[in-house]
Amino acid sequence: MALRMWASSTANALRISCASKAHLSPAFSLSRCFSSVLDGLKYASSHEWVKHEGPVATIGITDHAQDHLGEVVFVELPEPGSSVSQGSSFGAVESVKATSDVNTPISGEVVEVNSKLTESPGLINKSPYEDGWMIKLKPSNPSELESLMGSKEYTKFCEEEDAAH
Amino acid sequence: MNRIKLKGVPILQQLHLEECLLRTSSHNWCIINQGTNRPTIVMGVSGKPAELLKIESVLCDQIPVVRRFTGGGTVVVDPNTIFVTFICNKDAVAGLQPYPQPIMSWTGALYNKVFQGIGDFHLRENDYVFGDRKFGGNAQSITKNRWIHHTSFLWDYEVRNMAYWKLPARAPEYRLARGHLEFICRMKDSMSRSEFISRTIEATKTRFSLRPAEAESIENTASVNTKFCPTTRLLTKHELEAAAFASPSLGSLSRSF
Repeated sequence: MALRMWASSTANALRISCASKAHLSPAFSLSRCFSSVLDGLKYASSHEWVKHEGPVATIGITDHAQDHLGEVVFVELPEPGSSVSQGSSFGAVESVKATSDVNTPISGEVVEVNSKLTESPGLINKSPYEDGWMIKLKPSNPSELESLMGSKEYTKFCEEEDAAH
Repeated sequence: MNRIKLKGVPILQQLHLEECLLRTSSHNWCIINQGTNRPTIVMGVSGKPAELLKIESVLCDQIPVVRRFTGGGTVVVDPNTIFVTFICNKDAVAGLQPYPQPIMSWTGALYNKVFQGIGDFHLRENDYVFGDRKFGGNAQSITKNRWIHHTSFLWDYEVRNMAYWKLPARAPEYRLARGHLEFICRMKDSMSRSEFISRTIEATKTRFSLRPAEAESIENTASVNTKFCPTTRLLTKHELEAAAFASPSLGSLSRSF
């Protein structure tokens, strides 16, 4: 556990990605034995991330979540046009004989869902922050983003959570 | 933890109760149902009938097919299946992370105690087995603050009910392409029904203080929660026929007549 935390801290110190870029830099990791966290995103304590760009927010689950869930074999997504409120479930993923709710970090109207996940649910494992995005929202209350964690805070949150178990 | 003991409750009704308690209750629950009223096929949330079932036989014999709210595979349940379910708050078990593998390890340890000294029990690739034969299928659902782990134990089974299966595309490695009857075994060959129930309750008592709850009062509580709509449902005849028609093998057979 100590080695894992050291590796995580070292990787965080070396990470380069930046919110001001048009696209996110690839996540940097020394190995797959710990999770990557990207700068420029906001994070919920239930391990979802949100990227807010203008009128649209993109949402998915974090590398920490996909690592703990295991191989994702099925994804349930909402219908475009449906409304979701902060903290509520908008869909689910199936892995290792379990369905796990995915919760929205912010409220809004679903404008698009990632239809590629129907045929390729494993994109959530392979590329949780890019190709594995789940839904796009039109935020109804952008100030909700302020209640979420930044990358440093979320990294610490994950380390503490893993250490406690 | 509240304990509910049922007998012969239809599996669809049991699953509706479980889904409601998972989503709307804040208590911990242990539900034991000794058998369902009639043979029923129960698929996981992502189950595809055309891939898993011999639909013609299912339709001909009018076997109900249920899609449940938890993950995992397909089971055929009947009056000789014993169901055991745990529904818990996230913090009910100290130090347990609400993810599939940790929950499976916790329930696996509980059942290790239940089957201590009985057969060669272990959790193998997420199945409950004696040796290399499966006798219990389990599945889970995890919400933000709660989780459910439910198991159908094959205390006994009818060989004819196994005829509704196709060989699954996704199977544990230890199955080694064995047919269904070579892969499963009967729990009654290892212990009596009453012994299993009492051992399960005793094992649970080492982890929670159990108090009996009346099933009728639970159903009343669940039914007044009118906001909740379960996702577990019976597939219609039309859906099964459509799945059969769309299937490459059965569909071409149907279309040729």
